[in-house]
Parts: sequence; C-alpha cells; structure tokens
Amino acid sequence: MSELTTEQVAHVAKLARLDLSETETEGFRKDLSSIVGYIERLRQVDTSQVPATLGVQPHSNVLREDVARASLGADGVLANAPHRESNAFQIPRILEEA
Amino acid sequence: MSLSERDRDLHAFLYFSGEAALGSGPLQGLTVALKDNLCVKDWPTTAGSRILENFLPPYTATVVERLRAAGARLLGKTNMDEFAMGSSTENSAYGVTRNPWDRERVPGGSSGGSAAAVAAGLCDLALGSDTGGSIRQPAAFCGITGLKPTYGRVSRYGLIAYGSSLDQIGPLAYTAEDCARLLQVIAGPDPLDSTCFQEECPDFSAQMKVECRGLRLGWDPLLVKDLPVEMRKAFEAGLQVYLELGATLVEVSLPHLEYSLPAYYLIATAEASSNLARYDGVRYGHRAQGAKDVSSMMSKTRSEGFGAEVKRRIMLGTYALSSGYYDAYYAQAQKMRTLLRQDFEEVFGQVDAFALPTTPAPAFKIGEKSADPLAMYLSDVYTVVANLTGLPALSHPGGFVEGLPVGFQLMAPAWQEGRLLQMAHHFQQRTSFHEKRPQGARPAEV
Repeated sequence: MSELTTEQVAHVAKLARLDLSETETEGFRKDLSSIVGYIERLRQVDTSQVPATLGVQPHSNVLREDVARASLGADGVLANAPHRESNAFQIPRILEEA
Repeated sequence: MSLSERDRDLHAFLYFSGEAALGSGPLQGLTVALKDNLCVKDWPTTAGSRILENFLPPYTATVVERLRAAGARLLGKTNMDEFAMGSSTENSAYGVTRNPWDRERVPGGSSGGSAAAVAAGLCDLALGSDTGGSIRQPAAFCGITGLKPTYGRVSRYGLIAYGSSLDQIGPLAYTAEDCARLLQVIAGPDPLDSTCFQEECPDFSAQMKVECRGLRLGWDPLLVKDLPVEMRKAFEAGLQVYLELGATLVEVSLPHLEYSLPAYYLIATAEASSNLARYDGVRYGHRAQGAKDVSSMMSKTRSEGFGAEVKRRIMLGTYALSSGYYDAYYAQAQKMRTLLRQDFEEVFGQVDAFALPTTPAPAFKIGEKSADPLAMYLSDVYTVVANLTGLPALSHPGGFVEGLPVGFQLMAPAWQEGRLLQMAHHFQQRTSFHEKRPQGARPAEV
C-alpha cells in the first residue's frame, strides 16, 4: 500500500494551484493513497520492451491552408473577461512597486 | 405541460433554449438535447462547474452547427458530472439528475442528463461525450442506445476538453437507427479540429441494414465469470440473440483488460490536470475576489470554482506527472495502452466485433458510491478500454435486472461504427428492450 504523506499532498496541491484546507488535505491524502494503491497493479506487468502509446489517431500534424479568415476580434475575446481594461485582461499586480 | 415542467423532478436539463428549428435537412422534425460541455454561442455553457457559471461561449461547436443545418430543433443543455468527471452525474455543481426508471437512482454519467432526457421522452435524440464510458454507461443505466465513435470520427471543435487523447462526442437515442441518423450528421472531417479523421464517412444507415449472418462475434468468458448471476444471464441472453441472427460466437482472450482501469485513471487525470490549467480566472469564468497577487488569485479562483472530484482528479494527474513518479505511473500507463491495442489487434484478427457487458451492475442509488471515489471508478471497468484504444463502442439495451435496464456493449475495429450500428439494429429488430419506456415517459413533443 502506498501511503502518501501530508507533505506530498501539499506539494502536489501547490503544483496544481489549489489551496486546500487541512480537512481537504487529509481527505485527499486518504483518497489518493487508496487510488494509487489500486493503480500500483500496473507495475506487475513487465513493459521494458513495450513502446508507449501517446495517441491513437493514424495521422499527425494535419495542416490546413494558411488563409486569413474572420476571427472573434478583441470584444469577442474579452467578452467573458472577469476584469478588463481597454483591450486587455486585467489581473492583480505581478511586480512590486520600486 | 412545458418542457421545463416535465423535467422538474428529473432535472435532466440545465438550460432551455426555446429555439426553433433553424435549418432543414435529415433531422427535420426531431428534437435534440446537448450535453453542457458543448459550446453554443451565447448559450450558458457550464460543463457542470461553478467555475464556468456565467460563461457565454463566443463561438459554436462544429457538431452543433451541423445539427442546426440538418434541421434539428435544439432544446437546450443537459446536466453532467463537472467537466465530465464522474459516473453518476452527482458531481454536477447544479444538482443531481434522477434516473427516469427509478427516481432514487442515478442516471449514470457523465452524460447522465442527456441519457435521462432521451429515456424520459423529453427529446428524440441527444449528444453526449465519452472519455471513459460517459455515453455508454448512462445509456445502459437509462435503457437506451449510445455510441462512442472511433477517436477522430467526430470533430471536437467547441467541446470543453477533459482527456484529449480519449474524448469523443457521440449520439444517444432509443434505437440504433436513430443513432445512425445522428452520427451521419455530426461525423466527418472538420478543418477546425486537427485530430479529426480526414476521410468522408460511409452511409451508416445503409451499412446498418446489412444482415448479421456470418459475422464473427468474440467474447471473453473470463470477463464475465465474476459478474452477479443476473447480469451474467442478461449478457449470455444477448449473445444468444446474436447467435439466432446468424453470427458465430468465438471465445477470445484480452489478457491485459484488467489493467485498463488503472491505466485509464492515470492517463485521463494526467491529461485533465493539464487541460484544466486554463481555468485560472484570467480570461473567462469565475475569478476569486480580494487576492493580493496573481498567483494567489489563481489558486483561490480554482479552489472556489472546482468541486471535490475535479480537484481529486487534478491532484491525481499532477501527482502522476510529477518528478519521480512519471515513469512509474504515467509512462507505465502509456505502455499498457500499447499492450491493450495489441490485444485488440489480435482479437480483430479473429472476429468482426467483440461483446462485453457495459457495466457490472444496473444503476446504483443516489449517494451509494459518492463517499468512495475508488468504488465509483470501478463501475467503469468495461468501458474505458474503448477510449484507451480509440476503438468505436456501442451500448444497446440488453434486458432488465431487478426491474432496471442493463446494457450490452459491442466494440469493433477502428472506423467500423457501421458494423456496431448494423448489429445493434438487427438485435433491436428481434428484441423489444428498446421499446420499453419508464413510467410517465411520453413521446417528445415537437
């Protein structure tokens, strides 16, 4: 059984940009430990000589002609923006003031 | 009675469009419901998530454009597990949908609203999406027919992504014949989706009519030996119907099928963790208030906007892709995908189609599995392999167990949707399971 630690769960949450409460962290620790324990069975199979399948379609890099066509325009693109300033998405400050 | 009144105790719909038919063509006079992860310009499109509560897509999915052009009347959007992550529709942020056959039970998921709407006669046809069984499992639980096409058969332009190497859009209807009509309209090349197969589709309705005599149908006795006896009997009775239709039954073996579920839950969640990174509160959807900097704005937004199962899957996928675990989990799952494809190459060297149950049990009770994520995942044991291999798969009504409908599932080689429809259609010529209706269901009003 692969028990995850609280620290591991907190680390993964940080990578995934999720703020978890203590209760959530403990809940996910238990859930993920049980799911990962189940998933461990994959390692029973020797796959050292098996190539990976990344996708199943028979084709790749399908390109169409590079022809200009109508697109949404700035108002269409920004219509759902939670905060907008002129033709830009507005977000909280990234850099500290000097 | 209006559609919304008729839907009140089922809650299959999230949005009623009130739209009239806009075009004329092969779907004229038919009503269609759309799963709420399909974008329609200016229609609320939530994918069952709070994070998209006020989202109005600025464009329309290709499949929806094609339905309108074919004369279908689009009734609205149907309920689903948040971002299609679930097997019961209980993970919707907008409430549960009830199974028309038993209001205490789930309709399946994640396309539970679409399946329930068809089963209750609220619409003629519906679209769902299927990443690990999300069309076939609710079709089975609701006593209707559902088809996951071959990966690449149907354009996904305008489908909100979950697992991009697995997702396909497909039809739900009572009969295989109606699924064929709907598939014909939505399938085929689309310059807006580079994963879409470039070749034109065959005439599915013509393929459907070909006799089943002489077809070789494979099945693996090991897959059903541990099923509850009533489920196994229903499956074996289904095999018997195909025998009577002139098919030959062939025992085959899929040695790696038992590994499909763990492989699926690694690949799907890894892809989901990447796909759902776009919900960061910057460009659309919910944004948390009061955050001091952009990084805390993003994590606060995601924590407020996502439900528990979506967070769980993002966590699992992020873990599987993280440094030190990638080779042990994600890479191993991709190799298992190769072994599963090889299993099916072997099988389809011997037979024309492969039969298996759609689910290990009929619809479960609302709340029964919601506290145990792993138990919920295990209900997808027979469906995820079609997504991992990209193969087409169909679930058709296969009888009743404890008064509840169960599905019979068929898989075929890539691009052979016509063979699945052919088999299901002839099955339905000989049986009446697809003619049974839950109490209170009526024909859809046009």
